Amino acid sequence: MSSEKYLEMAIATPLNQILAEHPICRDFFMNLRLTDLDWNLPLMQALDHSDQDAITEFGLDRGMILREFSLFLETFSRVAADAASIRSLTIIGGHGKSGEPEIAQWTATVGEIISIVGPTGSGKSRLLADIECLADGDTPTGRRIHIDGREVSEGQRFDMEGKLVAQLSQNMNFVMDLTVREFLEMHAGSRMTRDAENAIARCFECANELAGEKFTPETKVTQLSGGQSRALMIADTACMSSSPVVLIDEIENAGIDRRQAIKLLAQKEKIVFISTHDPLLALSADKRLVIKNGCISRIIETSVEEKNCLDAIEKLDATLLRLRNRLRHGHEISMNTVKGEEQN
Amino acid sequence: MKLITFAGPPSSGKTSVILKLIEAMAIDVNTIGVVKFDCLTSFDNLRYAEKGVRVETGFSGKLCPDHFFVSNIEAAVEWGLKCGFGTLISESAGLCNRCSPYIQGILAVCVIDNLSGVNTPRKIGPMLKMADIVVVTKGDIVSQAEREVFAFNIRQVNTAARIIFVNGITGQGASLLARHLQGARELTSLRDMKLRFTTPAAVCSYCTGEMRIGAEYQMGTMKRMEFKTE
Repeated sequence: MSSEKYLEMAIATPLNQILAEHPICRDFFMNLRLTDLDWNLPLMQALDHSDQDAITEFGLDRGMILREFSLFLETFSRVAADAASIRSLTIIGGHGKSGEPEIAQWTATVGEIISIVGPTGSGKSRLLADIECLADGDTPTGRRIHIDGREVSEGQRFDMEGKLVAQLSQNMNFVMDLTVREFLEMHAGSRMTRDAENAIARCFECANELAGEKFTPETKVTQLSGGQSRALMIADTACMSSSPVVLIDEIENAGIDRRQAIKLLAQKEKIVFISTHDPLLALSADKRLVIKNGCISRIIETSVEEKNCLDAIEKLDATLLRLRNRLRHGHEISMNTVKGEEQN
Repeated sequence: MKLITFAGPPSSGKTSVILKLIEAMAIDVNTIGVVKFDCLTSFDNLRYAEKGVRVETGFSGKLCPDHFFVSNIEAAVEWGLKCGFGTLISESAGLCNRCSPYIQGILAVCVIDNLSGVNTPRKIGPMLKMADIVVVTKGDIVSQAEREVFAFNIRQVNTAARIIFVNGITGQGASLLARHLQGARELTSLRDMKLRFTTPAAVCSYCTGEMRIGAEYQMGTMKRMEFKTE
Protein backbone atom coordinates (compact mmCIF):
# COMPACT_ATOMS: atom_id res chain seq x y z
CA MET A 1 0.00 0.00 0.00
CA SER A 2 1.38 3.43 -0.94
CA SER A 3 1.81 6.44 1.35
CA GLU A 4 -1.08 8.20 -0.42
CA LYS A 5 -3.41 5.33 0.42
CA TYR A 6 -2.59 5.67 4.12
CA LEU A 7 -3.19 9.39 3.92
CA GLU A 8 -6.56 8.81 2.22
CA MET A 9 -7.46 6.30 4.91
CA ALA A 10 -6.51 8.76 7.66
CA ILE A 11 -8.66 11.47 6.03
CA ALA A 12 -11.77 9.48 5.21
CA THR A 13 -12.13 6.56 7.59
CA PRO A 14 -13.87 6.99 10.98
CA LEU A 15 -11.34 6.54 13.78
CA ASN A 16 -13.03 3.61 15.48
CA GLN A 17 -12.90 1.69 12.22
CA ILE A 18 -9.15 2.31 11.93
CA LEU A 19 -8.64 1.41 15.57
CA ALA A 20 -10.52 -1.85 15.16
CA GLU A 21 -8.18 -2.87 12.38
CA HIS A 22 -4.99 -1.34 13.83
CA PRO A 23 -5.29 -1.35 17.64
CA ILE A 24 -1.74 0.02 17.91
CA CYS A 25 -3.09 3.41 16.74
CA ARG A 26 -4.55 3.89 20.21
CA ASP A 27 -0.95 4.52 21.32
CA PHE A 28 -0.58 7.31 18.78
CA PHE A 29 -3.40 9.27 20.39
CA MET A 30 -2.25 8.48 23.92
CA ASN A 31 1.23 9.76 23.09
CA LEU A 32 -0.34 13.10 22.12
CA ARG A 33 -2.74 13.11 25.10
CA LEU A 34 -5.69 12.94 22.69
CA THR A 35 -7.81 10.54 24.69
CA ASP A 36 -11.31 11.98 24.50
CA LEU A 37 -11.83 12.40 20.78
CA ASP A 38 -15.15 11.55 19.13
CA TRP A 39 -14.07 8.18 17.74
CA ASN A 40 -17.07 7.98 15.39
CA LEU A 41 -15.60 10.75 13.26
CA PRO A 42 -12.65 10.72 10.87
CA LEU A 43 -9.46 12.27 12.32
CA MET A 44 -9.77 15.85 11.03
CA GLN A 45 -13.38 16.24 12.12
CA ALA A 46 -12.62 14.70 15.50
CA LEU A 47 -9.74 17.16 15.99
CA ASP A 48 -12.10 20.09 15.33
CA HIS A 49 -13.75 19.42 18.66
CA SER A 50 -10.58 18.80 20.66
CA ASP A 51 -8.46 21.02 22.87
CA GLN A 52 -6.33 23.09 20.46
CA ASP A 53 -3.95 24.28 23.19
CA ALA A 54 -2.85 20.74 23.98
CA ILE A 55 -2.06 20.15 20.31
CA THR A 56 0.00 23.35 20.16
CA GLU A 57 2.04 22.21 23.15
CA PHE A 58 3.33 19.35 21.06
CA GLY A 59 4.34 21.85 18.39
CA LEU A 60 1.66 20.49 16.05
CA ASP A 61 -1.42 21.63 14.20
CA ARG A 62 -4.26 19.60 12.68
CA GLY A 63 -2.54 19.17 9.33
CA MET A 64 0.66 17.96 10.96
CA ILE A 65 -1.23 15.47 13.10
CA LEU A 66 -2.89 14.10 9.98
CA ARG A 67 0.48 13.69 8.27
CA GLU A 68 2.03 12.07 11.32
CA PHE A 69 -0.92 9.75 11.76
CA SER A 70 -0.71 8.49 8.21
CA LEU A 71 3.06 7.99 8.65
CA PHE A 72 2.37 6.09 11.86
CA LEU A 73 -0.15 3.87 10.06
CA GLU A 74 2.30 3.22 7.28
CA THR A 75 5.24 2.49 9.61
CA PHE A 76 3.37 0.03 11.77
CA SER A 77 1.67 -1.74 8.91
CA ARG A 78 5.19 -2.31 7.58
CA VAL A 79 6.39 -3.61 10.96
CA ALA A 80 3.59 -6.17 10.93
CA ALA A 81 4.46 -7.43 7.47
CA ASP A 82 8.18 -7.39 8.01
CA ALA A 83 9.89 -10.72 8.44
CA ALA A 84 13.55 -9.69 7.88
CA SER A 85 14.34 -13.22 6.78
CA ILE A 86 17.72 -14.20 5.41
CA ARG A 87 19.16 -17.44 4.08
CA SER A 88 22.85 -17.01 4.69
CA LEU A 89 25.49 -14.77 6.18
CA THR A 90 29.02 -14.56 4.76
CA ILE A 91 32.06 -13.28 6.62
CA ILE A 92 34.73 -11.94 4.28
CA GLY A 93 37.97 -12.09 6.22
CA GLY A 94 39.90 -9.03 7.33
CA HIS A 95 43.05 -9.03 9.38
CA GLY A 96 44.24 -9.79 12.92
CA LYS A 97 45.66 -7.50 15.56
CA SER A 98 49.11 -7.47 14.00
CA GLY A 99 47.78 -7.11 10.47
CA GLU A 100 48.00 -10.77 9.46
CA PRO A 101 45.25 -11.82 7.05
CA GLU A 102 42.55 -14.23 8.19
CA ILE A 103 40.51 -16.91 6.42
CA ALA A 104 39.32 -15.52 3.09
CA GLN A 105 35.61 -16.10 3.37
CA TRP A 106 33.13 -18.30 5.06
CA THR A 107 29.35 -18.69 4.98
CA ALA A 108 26.82 -19.71 7.62
CA THR A 109 23.32 -20.75 6.57
CA VAL A 110 19.98 -20.66 8.34
CA GLY A 111 19.52 -23.42 10.91
CA GLU A 112 23.25 -23.66 11.58
CA ILE A 113 24.77 -23.44 15.04
CA ILE A 114 28.29 -22.02 15.17
CA SER A 115 30.34 -21.83 18.34
CA ILE A 116 33.13 -19.31 18.76
CA VAL A 117 36.09 -20.29 20.93
CA GLY A 118 39.31 -18.53 21.90
CA PRO A 119 41.08 -17.11 24.93
CA THR A 120 39.87 -13.94 26.66
CA GLY A 121 40.81 -10.88 24.63
CA SER A 122 41.34 -12.88 21.43
CA GLY A 123 38.55 -11.04 19.60
CA LYS A 124 35.41 -13.12 20.07
CA SER A 125 33.27 -10.11 21.00
CA ARG A 126 34.79 -8.15 18.12
CA LEU A 127 33.56 -10.83 15.70
CA LEU A 128 30.06 -10.70 17.20
CA ALA A 129 30.17 -6.89 16.94
CA ASP A 130 31.25 -7.06 13.27
CA ILE A 131 28.26 -9.27 12.52
CA GLU A 132 25.90 -7.02 14.43
CA CYS A 133 26.89 -3.83 12.62
CA LEU A 134 27.13 -5.56 9.21
CA ALA A 135 30.76 -4.51 8.98
CA ASP A 136 31.77 -3.09 5.62
CA GLY A 137 35.53 -2.91 5.98
CA ASP A 138 34.98 0.01 8.35
CA THR A 139 35.77 -1.70 11.67
CA PRO A 140 39.25 -2.36 13.15
CA THR A 141 39.27 -5.89 11.69
CA GLY A 142 38.50 -4.83 8.12
CA ARG A 143 35.92 -7.61 7.85
CA ARG A 144 32.92 -7.43 5.52
CA ILE A 145 29.57 -9.11 6.04
CA HIS A 146 27.43 -10.17 3.09
CA ILE A 147 23.83 -11.34 3.33
CA ASP A 148 22.44 -14.04 1.02
CA GLY A 149 25.75 -14.00 -0.88
CA ARG A 150 25.54 -10.34 -1.76
CA GLU A 151 26.78 -7.00 -0.49
CA VAL A 152 24.29 -5.25 1.75
CA SER A 153 22.68 -2.30 -0.04
CA GLU A 154 21.93 0.98 1.73
CA GLY A 155 18.20 0.26 1.65
CA GLN A 156 18.66 -3.22 3.09
CA ARG A 157 20.93 -1.79 5.76
CA PHE A 158 18.22 0.63 6.81
CA ASP A 159 15.58 -2.11 6.87
CA MET A 160 17.74 -4.53 8.79
CA GLU A 161 19.45 -2.28 11.28
CA GLY A 162 18.60 -3.31 14.78
CA LYS A 163 16.47 -6.18 13.53
CA LEU A 164 19.09 -8.54 12.14
CA VAL A 165 20.58 -9.63 15.41
CA ALA A 166 19.10 -10.74 18.73
CA GLN A 167 21.51 -10.99 21.63
CA LEU A 168 21.65 -13.04 24.78
CA SER A 169 24.28 -12.81 27.47
CA GLN A 170 24.81 -13.75 31.08
CA ASN A 171 24.62 -10.10 32.14
CA MET A 172 21.09 -9.61 30.90
CA ASN A 173 18.29 -9.12 33.39
CA PHE A 174 14.62 -8.32 33.38
CA VAL A 175 14.21 -4.80 34.68
CA MET A 176 10.44 -4.54 34.43
CA ASP A 177 8.02 -5.34 37.19
CA LEU A 178 5.70 -7.56 35.16
CA THR A 179 4.41 -11.12 35.34
CA VAL A 180 5.66 -13.63 32.78
CA ARG A 181 2.31 -13.39 30.97
CA GLU A 182 2.30 -9.58 30.89
CA PHE A 183 5.89 -9.63 29.71
CA LEU A 184 5.13 -11.94 26.79
CA GLU A 185 1.96 -9.98 25.95
CA MET A 186 3.97 -6.79 25.80
CA HIS A 187 6.54 -8.33 23.48
CA ALA A 188 3.88 -9.89 21.24
CA GLY A 189 2.17 -6.48 21.12
CA SER A 190 5.31 -4.80 19.83
CA ARG A 191 5.74 -7.51 17.22
CA MET A 192 2.14 -6.91 16.12
CA THR A 193 1.76 -10.70 16.25
CA ARG A 194 -1.52 -11.69 14.63
CA ASP A 195 -2.24 -14.73 16.77
CA ALA A 196 -0.78 -13.37 20.01
CA GLU A 197 -2.65 -15.74 22.37
CA ASN A 198 -1.15 -18.79 20.70
CA ALA A 199 2.34 -17.35 20.34
CA ILE A 200 2.40 -16.49 24.03
CA ALA A 201 1.22 -19.95 25.07
CA ARG A 202 3.80 -21.66 22.84
CA CYS A 203 6.60 -19.47 24.13
CA PHE A 204 5.62 -20.08 27.75
CA GLU A 205 5.57 -23.83 27.16
CA CYS A 206 9.04 -23.77 25.56
CA ALA A 207 10.46 -21.75 28.44
CA ASN A 208 9.15 -24.24 30.95
CA GLU A 209 10.57 -27.16 29.00
CA LEU A 210 14.02 -25.59 29.09
CA ALA A 211 13.91 -24.55 32.73
CA GLY A 212 14.79 -27.13 35.35
CA GLU A 213 12.28 -25.76 37.82
CA LYS A 214 8.82 -24.90 36.52
CA PHE A 215 7.19 -21.49 36.86
CA THR A 216 3.68 -20.13 36.20
CA PRO A 217 2.51 -17.35 33.88
CA GLU A 218 1.69 -15.32 36.99
CA THR A 219 5.28 -15.38 38.31
CA LYS A 220 6.95 -11.97 38.26
CA VAL A 221 9.84 -11.94 35.79
CA THR A 222 12.03 -10.30 38.42
CA GLN A 223 11.44 -13.24 40.75
CA LEU A 224 12.57 -15.95 38.34
CA SER A 225 15.75 -17.82 39.22
CA GLY A 226 18.84 -17.39 37.04
CA GLY A 227 18.03 -20.55 35.09
CA GLN A 228 14.35 -19.68 34.69
CA SER A 229 15.17 -16.17 33.46
CA ARG A 230 17.61 -17.57 30.93
CA ALA A 231 15.06 -20.17 29.80
CA LEU A 232 12.41 -17.46 29.33
CA MET A 233 14.82 -15.21 27.44
CA ILE A 234 15.84 -18.03 25.10
CA ALA A 235 12.28 -19.18 24.45
CA ASP A 236 11.22 -15.58 23.90
CA THR A 237 14.06 -14.97 21.46
CA ALA A 238 13.21 -18.18 19.60
CA CYS A 239 9.43 -17.72 19.44
CA MET A 240 8.84 -13.96 19.49
CA SER A 241 11.90 -12.19 18.15
CA SER A 242 12.00 -11.62 14.41
CA SER A 243 15.78 -11.39 14.24
CA PRO A 244 17.23 -14.09 11.98
CA VAL A 245 20.63 -14.08 13.68
CA VAL A 246 21.15 -14.85 17.37
CA LEU A 247 24.40 -13.97 19.14
CA ILE A 248 24.92 -15.70 22.46
CA ASP A 249 27.65 -14.79 24.89
CA GLU A 250 27.81 -17.87 27.18
CA ILE A 251 24.82 -19.42 28.89
CA GLU A 252 25.53 -20.37 32.47
CA ASN A 253 24.57 -23.91 33.42
CA ALA A 254 22.07 -22.84 36.07
CA GLY A 255 19.66 -25.73 35.67
CA ILE A 256 18.66 -25.28 32.07
CA ASP A 257 18.71 -27.73 29.22
CA ARG A 258 21.38 -26.01 27.12
CA ARG A 259 21.47 -28.48 24.23
CA GLN A 260 17.72 -28.25 23.88
CA ALA A 261 17.87 -24.45 24.10
CA ILE A 262 20.32 -24.14 21.24
CA LYS A 263 18.38 -26.63 19.14
CA LEU A 264 15.18 -24.67 19.71
CA LEU A 265 16.81 -21.51 18.34
CA ALA A 266 18.24 -23.27 15.30
CA GLN A 267 14.87 -24.86 14.50
CA LYS A 268 13.29 -21.42 14.26
CA GLU A 269 15.16 -20.69 11.02
CA LYS A 270 17.89 -18.74 12.71
CA ILE A 271 21.66 -18.64 12.46
CA VAL A 272 23.03 -19.08 15.98
CA PHE A 273 26.49 -17.86 17.02
CA ILE A 274 27.53 -18.82 20.49
CA SER A 275 30.69 -17.68 22.21
CA THR A 276 31.44 -20.37 24.78
CA HIS A 277 33.94 -22.69 26.43
CA ASP A 278 31.28 -25.03 27.74
CA PRO A 279 32.13 -28.37 26.04
CA LEU A 280 28.47 -29.35 25.92
CA LEU A 281 27.54 -26.20 24.02
CA ALA A 282 30.65 -25.97 21.87
CA LEU A 283 30.26 -29.55 20.62
CA SER A 284 26.50 -29.23 20.13
CA ALA A 285 27.32 -26.72 17.43
CA ASP A 286 27.80 -27.82 13.82
CA LYS A 287 31.06 -25.90 13.52
CA ARG A 288 33.36 -23.89 15.68
CA LEU A 289 35.38 -20.84 14.79
CA VAL A 290 38.70 -20.59 16.57
CA ILE A 291 39.71 -17.00 17.24
CA LYS A 292 43.37 -16.19 17.77
CA ASN A 293 44.96 -12.75 18.00
CA GLY A 294 41.91 -11.10 16.42
CA CYS A 295 41.63 -13.56 13.50
CA ILE A 296 39.41 -16.47 12.65
CA SER A 297 42.35 -18.86 12.60
CA ARG A 298 40.55 -22.14 12.04
CA ILE A 299 37.11 -23.52 11.31
CA ILE A 300 36.53 -26.94 12.80
CA GLU A 301 33.61 -29.10 11.76
CA THR A 302 32.33 -30.99 14.78
CA SER A 303 33.50 -34.54 13.99
CA VAL A 304 31.53 -37.72 14.46
CA GLU A 305 33.88 -38.64 17.26
CA GLU A 306 33.22 -35.33 18.99
CA LYS A 307 29.48 -35.76 18.56
CA ASN A 308 29.83 -39.19 20.10
CA CYS A 309 31.54 -37.63 23.11
CA LEU A 310 28.46 -35.49 23.73
CA ASP A 311 26.58 -38.27 25.49
CA ALA A 312 29.44 -38.87 27.89
CA ILE A 313 29.75 -35.12 28.53
CA GLU A 314 26.04 -34.92 29.14
CA LYS A 315 26.38 -37.69 31.74
CA LEU A 316 29.11 -35.72 33.52
CA ASP A 317 26.86 -32.70 33.41
CA ALA A 318 23.93 -34.71 34.78
CA THR A 319 26.13 -35.92 37.62
CA LEU A 320 26.94 -32.36 38.63
CA LEU A 321 23.28 -31.41 38.38
CA ARG A 322 22.35 -34.38 40.56
CA LEU A 323 24.92 -33.37 43.17
CA ARG A 324 23.60 -29.81 43.13
CA ASN A 325 20.03 -30.96 43.56
CA ARG A 326 20.92 -33.23 46.49
CA LEU A 327 22.67 -30.36 48.21
CA ARG A 328 19.69 -28.11 47.48
CA HIS A 329 17.31 -30.54 49.14
CA GLY A 330 19.49 -31.00 52.21
CA HIS A 331 20.85 -34.52 51.52
CA GLU A 332 24.34 -35.87 52.07
CA ILE A 333 26.72 -36.72 49.25
CA SER A 334 28.47 -40.07 48.87
CA MET A 335 30.57 -41.80 46.21
CA ASN A 336 27.36 -43.55 45.16
CA THR A 337 25.75 -40.19 44.43
CA VAL A 338 28.72 -39.31 42.28
CA LYS A 339 28.44 -42.60 40.41
CA GLY A 340 24.69 -42.19 40.19
CA GLU A 341 23.89 -45.45 41.88
CA GLU A 342 21.95 -44.03 44.78
CA GLN A 343 18.15 -43.73 44.61
CA ASN A 344 16.99 -40.32 45.86
CA MET B 1 33.57 22.08 9.95
CA LYS B 2 30.79 19.65 10.73
CA LEU B 3 28.46 20.21 13.68
CA ILE B 4 26.60 17.38 15.40
CA THR B 5 24.22 18.02 18.31
CA PHE B 6 23.73 15.42 21.03
CA ALA B 7 21.01 15.55 23.66
CA GLY B 8 19.60 13.15 26.21
CA PRO B 9 18.41 12.77 29.78
CA PRO B 10 21.03 12.97 32.57
CA SER B 11 23.16 9.83 32.96
CA SER B 12 21.85 8.23 29.78
CA GLY B 13 25.43 7.81 28.57
CA LYS B 14 25.95 10.77 26.22
CA THR B 15 29.58 11.34 27.14
CA SER B 16 30.45 7.64 26.98
CA VAL B 17 28.79 7.34 23.57
CA ILE B 18 30.62 10.42 22.24
CA LEU B 19 33.97 9.13 23.52
CA LYS B 20 33.41 5.73 21.89
CA LEU B 21 32.25 7.47 18.75
CA ILE B 22 35.46 9.51 18.57
CA GLU B 23 37.43 6.27 18.97
CA ALA B 24 35.41 4.60 16.21
CA MET B 25 35.86 7.56 13.86
CA ALA B 26 39.59 6.77 13.98
CA ILE B 27 40.64 10.39 13.46
CA ASP B 28 43.20 12.65 15.09
CA VAL B 29 41.65 13.89 18.37
CA ASN B 30 43.03 17.34 17.68
CA THR B 31 40.54 17.74 14.84
CA ILE B 32 37.52 17.31 17.11
CA GLY B 33 36.06 19.54 19.80
CA VAL B 34 33.20 19.19 22.25
CA VAL B 35 30.95 21.82 23.83
CA LYS B 36 29.19 20.55 26.90
CA PHE B 37 26.02 22.40 27.96
CA ASP B 38 25.09 21.52 31.51
CA CYS B 39 23.12 23.04 34.37
CA LEU B 40 25.02 23.27 37.62
CA THR B 41 27.97 20.92 37.78
CA SER B 42 29.67 18.50 35.41
CA PHE B 43 32.68 16.25 35.65
CA ASP B 44 32.62 15.15 32.03
CA ASN B 45 35.30 17.65 31.05
CA LEU B 46 37.78 15.42 32.90
CA ARG B 47 36.73 12.39 30.88
CA TYR B 48 37.20 14.28 27.62
CA ALA B 49 40.55 15.71 28.76
CA GLU B 50 41.74 12.22 29.65
CA LYS B 51 41.27 11.23 26.01
CA GLY B 52 42.94 14.40 24.80
CA VAL B 53 39.67 15.89 23.44
CA ARG B 54 39.32 19.70 23.64
CA VAL B 55 36.18 20.60 25.59
CA GLU B 56 34.44 23.79 26.70
CA THR B 57 31.77 23.53 29.40
CA GLY B 58 28.95 26.03 29.93
CA PHE B 59 26.49 26.06 32.84
CA SER B 60 22.99 27.40 32.33
CA GLY B 61 22.59 28.00 36.06
CA LYS B 62 19.18 29.52 36.68
CA LEU B 63 18.29 29.76 33.00
CA CYS B 64 16.36 27.21 30.97
CA PRO B 65 19.03 25.00 29.37
CA ASP B 66 17.42 25.29 25.91
CA HIS B 67 17.46 29.11 26.05
CA PHE B 68 21.07 28.85 27.20
CA PHE B 69 21.89 26.53 24.29
CA VAL B 70 20.40 28.68 21.56
CA SER B 71 22.08 31.84 22.86
CA ASN B 72 25.53 30.22 22.93
CA ILE B 73 25.67 27.75 20.08
CA GLU B 74 26.68 30.35 17.47
CA ALA B 75 29.71 31.38 19.53
CA ALA B 76 30.52 27.72 20.06
CA VAL B 77 30.69 27.23 16.30
CA GLU B 78 32.95 30.28 15.96
CA TRP B 79 35.22 28.79 18.65
CA GLY B 80 35.33 25.49 16.78
CA LEU B 81 36.25 27.19 13.51
CA LYS B 82 38.96 29.23 15.23
CA CYS B 83 40.43 26.05 16.73
CA GLY B 84 40.45 24.49 13.26
CA PHE B 85 38.29 21.51 14.18
CA GLY B 86 36.94 19.23 11.46
CA THR B 87 34.04 18.22 13.70
CA LEU B 88 32.35 19.99 16.59
CA ILE B 89 30.01 18.06 18.89
CA SER B 90 27.57 19.77 21.24
CA GLU B 91 26.35 17.78 24.20
CA SER B 92 23.29 18.95 26.16
CA ALA B 93 21.72 17.36 29.19
CA GLY B 94 17.96 17.42 28.66
CA LEU B 95 16.43 17.87 32.06
CA CYS B 96 12.78 18.27 31.21
CA ASN B 97 11.35 15.95 28.58
CA ARG B 98 10.51 18.96 26.47
CA CYS B 99 14.13 19.89 25.73
CA SER B 100 15.13 19.92 22.09
CA PRO B 101 18.47 21.61 21.45
CA TYR B 102 18.40 20.75 17.75
CA ILE B 103 18.83 22.98 14.73
CA GLN B 104 17.19 22.54 11.32
CA GLY B 105 19.66 21.02 8.87
CA ILE B 106 22.18 20.08 11.58
CA LEU B 107 22.47 16.39 12.43
CA ALA B 108 20.69 15.69 15.74
CA VAL B 109 21.32 12.67 17.95
CA CYS B 110 19.25 11.74 21.01
CA VAL B 111 20.75 9.33 23.57
CA ILE B 112 18.40 7.41 25.86
CA ASP B 113 18.97 4.32 27.94
CA ASN B 114 17.17 1.01 28.16
CA LEU B 115 17.03 1.12 31.94
CA SER B 116 14.77 4.16 31.95
CA GLY B 117 11.68 1.98 31.41
CA VAL B 118 10.01 0.72 28.26
CA ASN B 119 7.38 3.45 28.14
CA THR B 120 9.82 6.32 28.59
CA PRO B 121 10.28 6.92 24.84
CA ARG B 122 6.57 7.68 24.62
CA LYS B 123 6.90 10.38 27.26
CA ILE B 124 10.05 12.17 26.15
CA GLY B 125 8.69 14.53 23.50
CA PRO B 126 10.64 16.81 21.12
CA MET B 127 14.08 15.71 22.32
CA LEU B 128 13.32 12.26 20.92
CA LYS B 129 10.74 13.13 18.31
CA MET B 130 12.88 15.69 16.51
CA ALA B 131 16.11 13.66 16.44
CA ASP B 132 17.60 12.18 13.24
CA ILE B 133 19.34 9.36 15.08
CA VAL B 134 18.31 7.77 18.35
CA VAL B 135 21.10 6.02 20.24
CA VAL B 136 20.00 3.48 22.84
CA THR B 137 22.47 2.63 25.59
CA LYS B 138 22.66 0.00 28.35
CA GLY B 139 21.04 -2.61 26.11
CA ASP B 140 23.58 -5.16 27.27
CA ILE B 141 21.94 -5.57 30.65
CA VAL B 142 18.29 -5.97 29.68
CA SER B 143 16.60 -8.78 27.79
CA GLN B 144 16.22 -8.89 24.02
CA ALA B 145 12.46 -8.48 24.46
CA GLU B 146 12.88 -5.30 26.46
CA ARG B 147 15.25 -3.93 23.80
CA GLU B 148 12.74 -4.71 21.06
CA VAL B 149 9.80 -3.15 22.90
CA PHE B 150 11.90 -0.10 23.70
CA ALA B 151 12.80 0.34 20.02
CA PHE B 152 9.17 -0.17 19.06
CA ASN B 153 8.13 2.61 21.42
CA ILE B 154 10.78 4.93 19.98
CA ARG B 155 9.39 4.19 16.52
CA GLN B 156 5.93 5.23 17.74
CA VAL B 157 7.14 8.74 18.53
CA ASN B 158 9.71 9.11 15.78
CA THR B 159 8.88 7.02 12.72
CA ALA B 160 11.80 8.33 10.65
CA ALA B 161 14.82 8.15 12.97
CA ARG B 162 17.55 5.56 12.74
CA ILE B 163 17.74 3.63 15.99
CA ILE B 164 21.23 2.46 16.93
CA PHE B 165 22.16 0.43 19.98
CA VAL B 166 25.52 1.49 21.39
CA ASN B 167 27.31 -0.02 24.35
CA GLY B 168 29.02 2.92 26.08
CA ILE B 169 31.47 0.64 27.86
CA THR B 170 32.66 -1.70 25.11
CA GLY B 171 31.90 0.62 22.21
CA GLN B 172 29.81 -1.99 20.39
CA GLY B 173 27.64 -0.12 17.89
CA ALA B 174 29.83 2.99 17.83
CA SER B 175 31.22 2.30 14.37
CA LEU B 176 27.69 2.04 13.02
CA LEU B 177 26.94 5.42 14.59
CA ALA B 178 30.14 6.85 13.10
CA ARG B 179 29.02 5.67 9.67
CA HIS B 180 25.72 7.55 10.00
CA LEU B 181 27.43 10.74 11.11
CA GLN B 182 29.63 10.90 8.02
CA GLY B 183 26.85 12.67 6.17
CA ALA B 184 26.77 15.63 8.59
CA ARG B 185 26.91 18.82 6.59
CA GLU B 186 29.77 21.30 6.50
CA LEU B 187 29.08 24.78 7.81
CA THR B 188 30.84 28.06 8.40
CA SER B 189 28.23 29.82 10.53
CA LEU B 190 24.86 29.21 12.19
CA ARG B 191 23.62 32.74 11.56
CA ASP B 192 19.90 32.81 10.59
CA MET B 193 19.44 29.07 10.98
CA LYS B 194 16.44 27.95 13.04
CA LEU B 195 15.75 25.64 15.95
CA ARG B 196 13.65 22.57 15.21
CA PHE B 197 11.26 23.25 18.06
CA THR B 198 10.30 26.25 20.19
CA THR B 199 12.05 26.48 23.55
CA PRO B 200 9.85 26.41 26.64
CA ALA B 201 8.09 29.73 27.18
CA ALA B 202 9.24 31.19 30.46
CA VAL B 203 8.44 34.80 31.12
CA CYS B 204 6.77 34.95 34.50
CA SER B 205 7.39 36.42 37.93
CA TYR B 206 9.11 33.23 39.06
CA CYS B 207 11.65 33.59 36.25
CA THR B 208 12.75 36.84 37.78
CA GLY B 209 13.28 35.54 41.27
CA GLU B 210 9.80 35.49 42.86
CA MET B 211 9.65 32.72 45.50
CA ARG B 212 6.34 33.27 47.28
CA ILE B 213 3.30 31.09 46.62
CA GLY B 214 -0.05 32.72 45.83
CA ALA B 215 -2.05 34.11 42.92
CA GLU B 216 -1.11 37.73 43.69
CA TYR B 217 2.58 36.97 43.13
CA GLN B 218 2.01 35.38 39.75
CA MET B 219 2.55 37.46 36.63
CA GLY B 220 3.39 36.75 33.00
CA THR B 221 2.99 33.42 31.21
CA MET B 222 1.14 31.11 33.60
CA LYS B 223 -0.81 27.91 33.13
CA ARG B 224 -3.25 26.66 35.74
CA MET B 225 -4.48 23.14 36.31
CA GLU B 226 -8.13 22.29 36.54
CA PHE B 227 -9.10 20.18 39.54
CA LYS B 228 -12.41 18.35 39.35
CA THR B 229 -14.28 17.77 42.59
CA GLU B 230 -16.98 15.60 41.04
